[in-house]
Amino acid sequence: MQNQRDLEPNVNTFLELGLHTALIGGALIGLSALLLMLLHGRILGATGILSGLVFVNDREDWSWRAALVLGMVLATVALGLIGGASLPMTVDASPLMIIAGGLLVGVGTSLGSGCTSGHGICGLARMSLRSLIAVLVFMTSAAVTVFVIRHVLGVGQ
Amino acid sequence: MNRHAITSLFAAVATGGVFGVGIALSGMMNPETVLNFFDVFGTWDPTLAMVMVGALLVTAPGYRVIWRSNAPLFQQRFLLPTNTAVDKPLVFGSALFGIGWGIAGFCPGAALPALGTGRWEPVLFVLAVIAGITLRRVVQSFSHSLIKRPA
Repeated sequence: MQNQRDLEPNVNTFLELGLHTALIGGALIGLSALLLMLLHGRILGATGILSGLVFVNDREDWSWRAALVLGMVLATVALGLIGGASLPMTVDASPLMIIAGGLLVGVGTSLGSGCTSGHGICGLARMSLRSLIAVLVFMTSAAVTVFVIRHVLGVGQ
Repeated sequence: MNRHAITSLFAAVATGGVFGVGIALSGMMNPETVLNFFDVFGTWDPTLAMVMVGALLVTAPGYRVIWRSNAPLFQQRFLLPTNTAVDKPLVFGSALFGIGWGIAGFCPGAALPALGTGRWEPVLFVLAVIAGITLRRVVQSFSHSLIKRPA
């Protein structure tokens, strides 16, 4: 009987994601936060970076944000080229759900001053109580939302 | 632009690159992986927790080492958030963020690198996030102007 793995194209095994790549990926995310702090003295908060990119403060401020995001995008472009196939992305949400979700994320993160990278990684690393509360609240909120969507409304499963 | 500024920008691109690779490898670009972590009573996937552990193992000690210096390389000083209050906007905002995350399966940090995959979903999500940020700013400045208006 032929092994399932032999039937898959070789390129996909390079990007075979699992818990080990999750740990490594997390460490790289952490490393990028360290780099940003070391080089530019800032917290790596994706929402803040995006916000400053769209609502420009001054040219220098905009430049490092644009460079950072450019790097992020180039990384996945490069991985896509090396890996051959696209990186796995299964989206059950409809376009309307994506829009609704995005709007809530935009409002929520600006109100709450941070998202997963800002509060979850950088804030917790700084032992910020504010960030700890934020993380607990948004994790709980997300879990309740997923429960309602998947098990009460029965959407997307 | 002087050489210092150019180096600074290249360094920022490299930093973004590391972040992007990290996000991709971590599986956080995949809404299914992310949402499964929150599906406590269903198809639970601990990946997100592992990602955070991996990140914190690096940033927690790393930040301490970095902060022994007086200033970062390309700026005058460290620009750290100074607000320590646990207030209503923090809690309410975080709750809204969680709901939005639970609906879309994307968060801003994961969606930005995902823009390079050629998929339309992250693009739509990021546009919606920008719209949300804009909406909040509009409401905020509107309510501020109401307060300032003489009675």
